[in-house]
Amino acid sequence: MQASDIAASGPAAMKPRLEAASPRYGEKITIALLAACAAISVITTTAIVISLLVPSVEFFGDVPIKDFLFGTDWGPTFTPPTFGVLPIVVGTLSITLWSLVFAIPIGIASALYLSEYASRRVRRIVKPVLEVLAGVPTVAFGFFALVFITPQIQKFWPGFLGDEPGIFSALAGGLAIGLLIVPIIATVSEDAMSAVPNGLREGAYALGATKSKVAARVVLPAALSGVVAGIILAASRAIGETMVVLLAAGNTPNLTLNPTEPIQAMTAFIATTATGDIATGSITYKTVFAVAMLLFVMTLLMNVLSIRIVRRYREVYE
Amino acid sequence: MSDFDPKTARAQVAIAGARGVTAGVLSDQPRKDVVRNGLFGSLLFLGIMIALAGLALLVGDNLIKGWPRLNMDLLTNGTSSLPANAGLHSAIIGTLWIMAFVILFIVPLGVGSAVFLEEFTGKESRFARAVEVNVQNLAAVPSIIYGLLGLAFIARGPLSLGFTVITASITLALLVLPVVILVSREAIRAVPPSIREGSMALGATRLQTVRRQILPAAIPGIATGIILAISRAIGETAPLIPLGAATFVTYDPSGPMSGFTAMPLVIFNWVKQPQEEFQVLAAAGIVVLLAVLIAMNSFAIWLRNRYEQRW
Amino acid sequence: MSELTEERFRERAEAPGNDAGDGTSAAAGGSISVQPDEFHHARDIGELEKVFELESLSVSYAGVPAVKEVSMDIYKNEVTALIGPSGCGKSTLIRCLNRMNDLVPTAEVTGRLLYHGEDLYGPKVDPVQVRKLIGMVFQKPNPFPKSIYENVAFGPRILGMKGDMDEIVEKALRGAALWDEVKDRLDSNAFGMSGGQQQRLCIARCIAVEPDVILMDEPCSALDPISTGKIEDLMMELKREFSIVIVTHNMQQAARVSDRTAFLMVELDATEQNRWGRIVEYDATEKIFTNPGDPRTEDYVSGKVG
Repeated sequence: MQASDIAASGPAAMKPRLEAASPRYGEKITIALLAACAAISVITTTAIVISLLVPSVEFFGDVPIKDFLFGTDWGPTFTPPTFGVLPIVVGTLSITLWSLVFAIPIGIASALYLSEYASRRVRRIVKPVLEVLAGVPTVAFGFFALVFITPQIQKFWPGFLGDEPGIFSALAGGLAIGLLIVPIIATVSEDAMSAVPNGLREGAYALGATKSKVAARVVLPAALSGVVAGIILAASRAIGETMVVLLAAGNTPNLTLNPTEPIQAMTAFIATTATGDIATGSITYKTVFAVAMLLFVMTLLMNVLSIRIVRRYREVYE
Repeated sequence: MSDFDPKTARAQVAIAGARGVTAGVLSDQPRKDVVRNGLFGSLLFLGIMIALAGLALLVGDNLIKGWPRLNMDLLTNGTSSLPANAGLHSAIIGTLWIMAFVILFIVPLGVGSAVFLEEFTGKESRFARAVEVNVQNLAAVPSIIYGLLGLAFIARGPLSLGFTVITASITLALLVLPVVILVSREAIRAVPPSIREGSMALGATRLQTVRRQILPAAIPGIATGIILAISRAIGETAPLIPLGAATFVTYDPSGPMSGFTAMPLVIFNWVKQPQEEFQVLAAAGIVVLLAVLIAMNSFAIWLRNRYEQRW
Repeated sequence: MSELTEERFRERAEAPGNDAGDGTSAAAGGSISVQPDEFHHARDIGELEKVFELESLSVSYAGVPAVKEVSMDIYKNEVTALIGPSGCGKSTLIRCLNRMNDLVPTAEVTGRLLYHGEDLYGPKVDPVQVRKLIGMVFQKPNPFPKSIYENVAFGPRILGMKGDMDEIVEKALRGAALWDEVKDRLDSNAFGMSGGQQQRLCIARCIAVEPDVILMDEPCSALDPISTGKIEDLMMELKREFSIVIVTHNMQQAARVSDRTAFLMVELDATEQNRWGRIVEYDATEKIFTNPGDPRTEDYVSGKVG
């Protein structure tokens, strides 16, 4: 047997050290700090729930929950106070309804146009502009509704629809909120549409289908759950929107879906009542938190629903 | 993407659609088709034009209405009950103070949360799942409710910080934290696993890998998220209302424990005034606010697009 | 030392010349294009120091087995190749050797894996420390999005290596046969290099931390033939200093560069639902390619299956 030059050079078996050189406490502390950062979100949720729940529970000690949820007379700051929340819930729903009537067709059309029709260049310009629209502060939308949309509605109001809206109306607020939520519907829908496999489009094109047919009968149905998720998210945003309703829709509790009437939305009630000088523990204070609790539950349910739907369509195509 | 499961409901819908198209193609007259196709495309185009026109009208209307007051006095005049003397000076100082502390809170908390969730927890970790669900839901909580949280928990209650700059900062920071976390996570996830493996294979610890490789590579995305969050915080009015927005602050906020005011709040108060001159001021104020926000958003979007296709 | 028998020992002792590059050997011709005289003749295992000892090592992901009961010894200053069809667990196996599989939360390793006689999966063993000693080069070049210099300097910096960083970087780049090509543009981004250069940069990055072993997981699969040739030449140089384990699906490459070769195959369970890899034969490369002991190995290396 011949001795091998290289192997023979190191027969003294080396004993490698495999244990950690140091306990790395710094690293462990840092990771614990990072975990603490992440815990802030849980703490915030807990704090929100506690801060809403405690006064709400006290409120329902004073006002029966049935009277609150099903009462049709809202006047908590009047004497004698009335606590039927329905008028402001309907006010919120009315605003949301009219905003969706405006935003759904516009949002879906924008998404379909961007995903199926627009050239790369158009898309690269229009998408950021839509994002800018999403970044406009809500106080600007409120002001716009008050000083631009309302006068235009009054100017062009067709007489056969009845009396024209006054200075405050659900319609003006709804239109402004509609404009505000178009980017939400458009971007979420567009995401879902671009997730539709190209094979489906190509299959239809290969059969001689026109662009409009592919868009309307292949892409839109295939992306439907994403579109629905976007609409729910937008609706939840509309329900929670404060500044526009506060400035343009009025502050009159009004149990009606008529868009020409002024209404009061839940958020507007909170914003007008819970100002810095409200006394903790007063019945008004508790009322604000009970309304907020209801609002919180409504938006939470819608959000959970939309997350579920999005997750489902992601699972289908990814 | 190409191999999708034909058994799912959605695929069925899509297949039915494709089938319908086929049937349509085989029966329709081509001429009608061309007309319809053009009409449909124009309708979609009209939709997006309405959205863009809405934005243009909003900007243009404020620009025209506010034009008489768009000058340096708007930025240098303080708060006043007389429209001729009123300006944004105190509001700008207030917004700057509030944002300084918002940044101080959201950068470490947001990036820290994102790093923890992406790098130090497994898919099965219950804590991570809980945080994730919380972040998603917090993103959808109406902003006015954050205002109530600020009122009940921060201004009064456990923290009792009063109606101050720091109260406003914490409230707004909590409001925009989900944005920072969600965007930062996306940015961290976009760093390919091969970078992680390359670093770990050299004997780097997980933390060293995060600090020296992952975070530097994810910075453009994270910065985008932070800028978007700040611009959102600058424009928010509703959460500040329960924190004493009605208070008429005539002085410049001077620190964390000073009383606060902010640009959108002052604009909101102007809108509510009956005098016509205040409406002009409000429009001018909105133009200033919009200019700041559009500049920030555009920068964020540019930043994201610039670094999007790196891998 | 699993499959080596007394008989094979004697065979090798009789074969002329033990050193790499010896061209006089005249073994029976294999059915692939590699000529027998290109083989590196594995040295007698009696003289060799063992780097790894695998004893019925099995790996599973989330309870599903990926490799089963692998037993083999890997020797110092040799190139050991793992070959076999795709899905046979070669990559899984090599990723056990520096505990990269720890990064997959569902991975589970059973059996014994000794590194210089110490249990690599022992309770006190720190995977980070393991990876300092056992470096890895991946299938796709994965340079960091930094300058060439910073790519190489990263490892030594985080490990707190002493000495002049410029010297360390130069030495590593020279070691990876890259210095002459990049010495004038050390500050330019590594993404601007060709694929082959990027892979040699990854090798430079790996040797800069002075490991004991280099694991290579199909290092040439993303490269063109010329770059591949350069990396193969480099491996011949590197084995003087390091022990190398390479996974490859390219049999010619295994025949050209390795001293010892392990052939793994896919096994199916009765229901054909689960598949895992198992080692079929492990021997001197020359033996595997010219006179394999198992008919399945012969079928594979002669291209009948695969």
